[in-house]
Amino acid sequence: MKSDIILSGVGGQGILSIAAVVGMAALENHLHLKQAEVHGMSQRGGAVQSHLRISENEIASDLIPLGKADLIISVEPMESLRYLPWLSESGWLVTNTTPFVNIPDYPDMKELLSEIEKLSHHITINSDEIARQVKSPRSSNIVMLGAASPFLDLPYESLEIGIRKIFEKKGERVVQLNIDALNSGRDFALKHTPVSNNL
Amino acid sequence: MEKLLLLGAEAIAQGAIDGGMSGIYAYPGTPSTEITEYVQHNKLATERNLHSQWSTNEKTAMETALGMSYAGKRAMVCMKHVGLNVAADAFINSAITGVNGGLLVTVADDPSMHSSQNEQDSRFFGKFAMIPILEPANQQEAYDMAYEGFELSEKFKLPVLIRITTRLAHSRSGVERREIKKENPLTYPKDPIQFVLLPSNARKRYKGLLGIQSMIEQESENSVYNTYIPGKDKSLGIIVCGIAFNYLKENYQTNKCPHPVLQINQYPLPFSKVEKIVDECEKVLVLEDGYPFVEEQLKGFLNINSKIIGRLNGVVPRDGELNPDIVARALGREVKQGLPVPKVVANRPPELCSGCSHRDIYNALNETMREFGKQKVFSDIGCYTLGALPPWNSINSCVDMGASITMAKGAADAGVRPSIAVIGDSTFTHSGMTALLDCVYENTPVTVIISDNATTAMTGGQASHATGRLEEICVGLGVKSDHVKVLIPLPKYHELMVKTLREEFLYEGVSVIIPRRECIVQSVAKSKKEARAKKEEVAQ
Repeated sequence: MKSDIILSGVGGQGILSIAAVVGMAALENHLHLKQAEVHGMSQRGGAVQSHLRISENEIASDLIPLGKADLIISVEPMESLRYLPWLSESGWLVTNTTPFVNIPDYPDMKELLSEIEKLSHHITINSDEIARQVKSPRSSNIVMLGAASPFLDLPYESLEIGIRKIFEKKGERVVQLNIDALNSGRDFALKHTPVSNNL
Repeated sequence: MEKLLLLGAEAIAQGAIDGGMSGIYAYPGTPSTEITEYVQHNKLATERNLHSQWSTNEKTAMETALGMSYAGKRAMVCMKHVGLNVAADAFINSAITGVNGGLLVTVADDPSMHSSQNEQDSRFFGKFAMIPILEPANQQEAYDMAYEGFELSEKFKLPVLIRITTRLAHSRSGVERREIKKENPLTYPKDPIQFVLLPSNARKRYKGLLGIQSMIEQESENSVYNTYIPGKDKSLGIIVCGIAFNYLKENYQTNKCPHPVLQINQYPLPFSKVEKIVDECEKVLVLEDGYPFVEEQLKGFLNINSKIIGRLNGVVPRDGELNPDIVARALGREVKQGLPVPKVVANRPPELCSGCSHRDIYNALNETMREFGKQKVFSDIGCYTLGALPPWNSINSCVDMGASITMAKGAADAGVRPSIAVIGDSTFTHSGMTALLDCVYENTPVTVIISDNATTAMTGGQASHATGRLEEICVGLGVKSDHVKVLIPLPKYHELMVKTLREEFLYEGVSVIIPRRECIVQSVAKSKKEARAKKEEVAQ
C-alpha cells in the first residue's frame, strides 16, 4: 500500500491539521510516513502545500516526484490546480469550491471550475458550506479530509482516532465537531462519486 | 523504545535532550525555530529545568552556549544560516578556544530561499572553523547525530556543526528514541587559560587545532555515517550528501542503484573513501543540497579531476534545492510530469494579515512620503518586509538584521533627507540598538520607525526582548525623549500618524517613532485561548 498526497491551500487554512490527522492515522496503522511542510513567510496568506507520503514500505524522498501523486486534497479551488504537474494519470483531485480571494487578479470562478472539470478524476465540494451546515464553520479543512477519505488507503475509523488525538487538547466539543465535519465530507463524496470509479 | 512522529528540527531537539543537554540558545529564524520551541514545550526538558529561553541574537546565543560549555555542561545553539553570519566571530573563535562540555552548533540552511535572503551553505563555515560537521539524511539521523554529537564534541574538545536544510527541518517522520543520558556535572576547564585568546595563547591553541585535523579526518573515515555502497556499473560513481541520498534512493525504488555510491554525512571529507570511488569510476556525480562544497574540493581550481560532475558543469542546476526530479535528470532518467499548471492560475504571494498594524503605519508613511519623495525608506527583516510588495511599495531595502537604521544613517550622511528606517521591535533588539547608537553619537538626521507588535511575528510569535521597554532603551541610548513618539497604528489615528511623521521627518536629528499595536495573529490566538479557558471554567 502506498499513498502520495499533496495538500494545498492558502497559509492559515489548516492544511497542516489535515496532515496531522492523516499522520496520526498512519501511525495507528503502523505505516511509514513522511510529510514535508511549509513554514515561514508563505504562511502569511501565500500559496502553501504539504507533501504527505504513507506506505507499508520505507519511504525514501520527503518530496513526491512529479507525476507520482495519487491524490491532491485542496482546501481552495485555484490552489488545487497549482500542483497538477505532480498528479499521476490515475490520480484524483478533491477540492473545495469556496475561493479564498486575497489577490487583485483572482481568476474567474467559472474558468477555474472548467479547468478542474477537464480532469478525469475529480471531486468538487463546497466544504465551507457543508461545515456551516454541521455547525462547525471552522472545520472546512476536515470536511475536505472526509471528502478525500474514500481515496485514502486507510481505515476510516483511524481518521476518527487521528482527529481525537490531534484535537483532544481543545476539548470534547471540538473533537465532536470535527468528527461531524469528517463524516459529512465523506457522505458527500460517496454520494457524488460515480460508482464506476471503483472506490 | 517509543517511536515519535517528528519534524527534522524536532528530532534534533529530542536527540539533544536525550543526549544530556543542559541548555539550548537561539534567536528564532526559519527553518531553525522549531528546535528551540520543541525544547520549550518538552516534558523532560521542563522537568530537568533545561535552559530554553530565547536569546537577543545569534551572537549572544553562541556565546552563552559557549559559557555553558565552559562550565562543563552540554549545550546547543541553533540558528538559520544567515544567523551564523551574526554569530561568526564567536563561532570561529570557539574552535580556537575549544570546548569543555559538549557544544553543538545546529544551523539550518535554506536552499531555494523559501524564507531567506540568500542560500549560503554553512558547511563552508564548518570547514572555515576546522571542526567536524554532521549532516543528517533523515529524521532518525537528525536525532542520532544530536544525541551522539555531544560525545564527538567532547572527544575532540571542539564544537561540532550540525547542518540541516529546510526540507529536513520541516519534514516529519518516525523517530526512535534512545536511552536518556544524564546531564554533565558542573566542572571547570582543566586548563585555566584555555579560553583566553591572547595572541600568545591563541597561537598555541591554533596549532593544537591544526594538529588534530588528521584525527577528525580519521573520525570521518571511520564514521558509520560515511558509507560506501558497492555497485557493479562503474561508468558512474555517485557521491551523495545529507538529504540528497533520499532523492537518489527514490529513483531506484524497485532496483538497487547499479553504481557505486559514497554517502557522506560527516565532514571533513573521508580521504580514502573519496579516493576509492574517484579512482574506480569513470565519472563521479556529486549530489549535495546547497553550494557545490564537496564538488569544488574534489575538482580543485585547476580542474584536475575533470571526471567530477554536478552543479559546476550544469548536470545539476547551480542554485536551488534538490528534489527527486532534479536527481533523476542528473542520472539521465526520464521524468514524467503530470498536466501543466493551467494559465488561469494566478500567483499568490504572502501578504500582511488583514488587521495587521504594519498596514496602518505603511498607509500613513505612504501618504507622508508623497510630500517628501521616493526611495528614502530603508527597512529590515520581518513581516513588515512585505511592505516592499504591492499595494504598499513602501520600502527600498531589506538586507540583514538591523541594516535599516545603519543604511538610513549612511544615506543621511550622503545627504538624503529625510532618511527613514522601518524596523520591527524584535529586529531592533537583535541588531538595531548599536545602529541607533551610531546615529545618536553623531546626531544624524534619521527617523527610525520601530513598528512594535510586541512579538517576533514572522517566525510564529516568539517573545520579543523589547516588549515593555522600547522607549527606555531608545532614551537610554541617547535619543532625546521629546523625539521618541509613540503612536497607535489604527485607521482612526491616520491623520495623527501622518502629522507626527511629517514633524519628525523635518527634524534635523535622531528621532524614533514607535507605532505600537499587538500582532493581530497573536492577539486573536490569545483571545481564543482566554475564551476557551472561560468556557472550561463555566463547565466546571
